[in-house]
Amino acid sequence: MASIEVQGVSKSYGTMPVLHNVDLSIQDGEFVVLVGPSGCGKSTLLRMVAGLEGITSGAIRIGGRVVNELAPKDRDIAMVFQSYALYPHMTVRDNMSYSLRLRRTPSERMAQVVSAAASKLGLETFLGRKPRTLSGGQRQRVAMGRSIVRQPKAFLFDEPLSNLDARLREQMRAEIKKLHRDLGTTSIYVTHDQVEAMTLADRIVAMNEGIVQQVGTPLDLYERPTNLFVASFIGSPAINILDGILRYDGEHRLITLKSGEQIPTASHVQGHDGQAVKVGFRPEDVQISHQAEGGFMGHVELVEPMGLGTIVHIGTTHYALKAFVLERVDRIVGTSIPYRLPASKLHIFDAKTGHRLPE
Amino acid sequence: MTPSARSTSYWIVHYGLLAFYVAFALFPLYWLLKVSVTPNDLLYSEGIRLWPSRSSLAHYTFVLAHSDFPLFFKNSVIVSGSTAVVVTLISALSGYAMSRFNFGGKMWLVGLMLVTQMFPLVMLVAPIFKLFAPLGLTNSLTGLVVVYTAFNVPFATFLMQSFFDGIPKDLEEAAMIDGASRFRAFRQIVLPLTLPGIAATLGFVFTAAWSELLFALMLVSKADASTFPVGLLSFVSKFSVDFGQMMAAGVLALIPACLFFLLIQRYLVQGLTAGAVKG
Repeated sequence: MASIEVQGVSKSYGTMPVLHNVDLSIQDGEFVVLVGPSGCGKSTLLRMVAGLEGITSGAIRIGGRVVNELAPKDRDIAMVFQSYALYPHMTVRDNMSYSLRLRRTPSERMAQVVSAAASKLGLETFLGRKPRTLSGGQRQRVAMGRSIVRQPKAFLFDEPLSNLDARLREQMRAEIKKLHRDLGTTSIYVTHDQVEAMTLADRIVAMNEGIVQQVGTPLDLYERPTNLFVASFIGSPAINILDGILRYDGEHRLITLKSGEQIPTASHVQGHDGQAVKVGFRPEDVQISHQAEGGFMGHVELVEPMGLGTIVHIGTTHYALKAFVLERVDRIVGTSIPYRLPASKLHIFDAKTGHRLPE
Repeated sequence: MTPSARSTSYWIVHYGLLAFYVAFALFPLYWLLKVSVTPNDLLYSEGIRLWPSRSSLAHYTFVLAHSDFPLFFKNSVIVSGSTAVVVTLISALSGYAMSRFNFGGKMWLVGLMLVTQMFPLVMLVAPIFKLFAPLGLTNSLTGLVVVYTAFNVPFATFLMQSFFDGIPKDLEEAAMIDGASRFRAFRQIVLPLTLPGIAATLGFVFTAAWSELLFALMLVSKADASTFPVGLLSFVSKFSVDFGQMMAAGVLALIPACLFFLLIQRYLVQGLTAGAVKG
């Protein structure tokens, strides 16, 4: 086990920069998730830690040692690939023991370790089979087994669940979390799925266009997104974003929407009077009320029942927004619906830079 | 529509067309065999009969016992076998490099290799003879192996490259993370999965060298270094062509090629990468 330090790391392919000056410090035993849309550089960063991509500038340290020039085989890390990358001509047992054979582990010890890993992952009955006879979930387990037999310094996961169906993904997600709890090995996990990121991570690193946008615990990113990108990337159903103008009204701060409607905000938002802003609020923070007083009016555009709750799409003449409520909603599409936006739950961003306004 | 749901007439047409094609493609081979067992006195009198009224193996006996054919045969096996092995070794390495690495001048290299495939080889006979004569490579099997290797490497490289392209990069990356060097990952993970490609390349190069006539004829003038296509020409004399013996030699020449393909066909039809990655 080891800590991983990424210091001022950049990467470009020819003249095309893909990562800009990334700094990241991962503690020993921490589970860090790199999340972002495809092409944001998260996989590239992971592959640089693995040694599969060169580093254009900066330094990567594993366990305090600079590994920039170290071959992947000498970094003592394990990686789970999106494609599983099982060796098709080897049995499950040989797949799992390949790294041990390369390290000339005595065969008794090898058999012991492999069977321990197999029983942990429920693979005992598949050890003699070739990967092509296994289902997607079983292949995924073999790929994990191959990583854990060696007790590496760190686990790297490159979108390991993307090829599984939704049910299996949920199940494997829980297994990965349990595995990490049991083994406590430093892990870096790349995904574009913000649900995976939220549920698995000790800390999330949100990335976009090769730049780290925010680093923090899942709830940090959810409750205090540092910019528009993080606000709109994290959370499902996605956050509502509306254009507005920040207004000072004595001690109070108000946001005037295009429609002329005014939303009161927490009074300590720091911006100047007349500043163009974007105001964000989570669908679950929109309160659907029964009387029109003190709130806004819209009409029901769409009702999406989810079982757990209901997503109500509300339209007004100037904008559309989504509300998530836990109760059943039996409103008819087209009817009017009153709602409120609680001042304390607003996220206010500068319209030009997209940064969160300080409070 | 599932195959079993198709009508009987569909299958009659389906197999009828296949049978026609197979008959069309194999008929010359059949004729080769037929002429080789036809005694000389019946060759012209029963010219268009599908099978002679009397058959004999006399031509085979003559070819094996009284001609230089066994020597030509041995020479051909040596030349084709060595060429196939050398070309496959080189093209496995170069094809891997083409498939996996980006290096300066790669486009130029590919372009040059394509150029070598573009013009008729007959243009090169004279310069190659001029080059080889002072080096003592004319009238030698080594000379032929060198020429055949040079001409087959570009195509074989493209062939091997396409097989390597079909093998996911993830596999060798996984091996390298597991603790293998790139060469070990190539040897233990990639190469075993490329066996069908290697078999195809071996087969392609072997048959190309086996049936090559132009350079074999031009670079070799002595019987002891002749290959069998040149040997076949020896059945053509100034006044007659000994068709029976020529065809018997031809049938014998088919045997190694057939054996070779029998050996490698297991790999040719095998899709080993199934199950490597999500499929």
